[in-house]
Amino acid sequence: MRLLDTTWTSLGYLVAAVCFILALKGLSSPATARRGNLIGAAGAVLAVLVAFLSTDLEHVLLILLAIAVGTALGVPAARRVAMTQMPQLVALFNGVGGAAAALVAGLELTRTMSLPGVGQVSALVIGNKGWFAYAPLSGSTFVPPVTGTAYVAAAAGAFTVLVGAVSFAGSVVTFAKLQEIMTTRPVTFPGGPVVFGGSLAVAVGLAVAIVVDVRNGEVNGLLVLALALVSMLVGVLFVLPVGGADVPIVISLLNAFTGLTVAASGYVLDNVLLLVAGTLVGASGTILTRLMAAAMGRSLASILFGAFRQKAAGP
Amino acid sequence: MDGITLLTIFVLAVFVGFEVVSKVSTTLHTPLMSGANAIHGVILVGAIIVTGQTTSTVGLVLGLLAVVLATVNMVGGFVVTDRMLEMFKGRGQRPAASQEAGR
Repeated sequence: MRLLDTTWTSLGYLVAAVCFILALKGLSSPATARRGNLIGAAGAVLAVLVAFLSTDLEHVLLILLAIAVGTALGVPAARRVAMTQMPQLVALFNGVGGAAAALVAGLELTRTMSLPGVGQVSALVIGNKGWFAYAPLSGSTFVPPVTGTAYVAAAAGAFTVLVGAVSFAGSVVTFAKLQEIMTTRPVTFPGGPVVFGGSLAVAVGLAVAIVVDVRNGEVNGLLVLALALVSMLVGVLFVLPVGGADVPIVISLLNAFTGLTVAASGYVLDNVLLLVAGTLVGASGTILTRLMAAAMGRSLASILFGAFRQKAAGP
Repeated sequence: MDGITLLTIFVLAVFVGFEVVSKVSTTLHTPLMSGANAIHGVILVGAIIVTGQTTSTVGLVLGLLAVVLATVNMVGGFVVTDRMLEMFKGRGQRPAASQEAGR
């Protein structure tokens, strides 16, 4: 439905963004924390309503059904969980959020034509070349004009898939550690840092390949799939060496990661609310991670990579 | 929207994000993390838009999956944060105990 025009849509998103800022502010102080959380929830509901009322959408019934399924899965889990198991539930929620961001960016990447800066012939080009600016249309294969903006959007999309998949897989491992499905001790193996660095390098290489691929007017879906899979391996290797007591800090870090992916997907989708909300979470999550590490008297580097160093210095 | 405007919004949002949580009390670390986690569930907006505009079956299936996951993140996140804070209220007289549980 297109009940709201661009102005009302932007205003609705602005109010939602303000709600999120007030929510974070409220959550920082005991007296206002609960109200802050409710303000955040109100902002999220408003944002979803605005999205429905401002976009031409197909499959509305299916989408509503999917929201109902998500609510039916999320609310009972949040209601029934024991106090001691809340951190791992938050980790799981963070993981599925990262997965959702990766899926959104992956879908948008493979529909390259929808990226900002693809297929938009600038007024300057039309002015210079007149009708001939559209000449590629007459060819047998249509290659849309691609501007620099498109490459930036593709980079943001590839970033979202990479970090979103890292956040998803990493969060699942933190969940398994806290739930004691697997050992809570740091897991290291010979050559661990090399394997981690190697898989990260492969993931970055695939991300670069995707950005280059935009030139052809269509991104290969298999590249995006490969990027997601390798990134999930990176996420697992990232969290394995972290000990059980330090896991909450890693959850906070992955939470900040997911925030950044949401911000990047906001850039890909040209959606200011996602950009602002994601950036807020990314920035506040980074600060929070440092505060949590400081409260435990540890540095972030010693938490993430300490297991390797101890091994190197080993007894 | 042009790149410079988006960059401006991004940089300003970074500073706001840094600023709003810089004075958080130690007992509220976990609820704040949980609340921020729920806020990034707003990726649901992106999932709805992408799913509503997809033309392929694969896109529809993956899009609906994204909608389900984002809803779990958003709705579950706010509910679990509220529960955490509810328990905090009851334990307000014993900040040491809630701090322990908060970890």
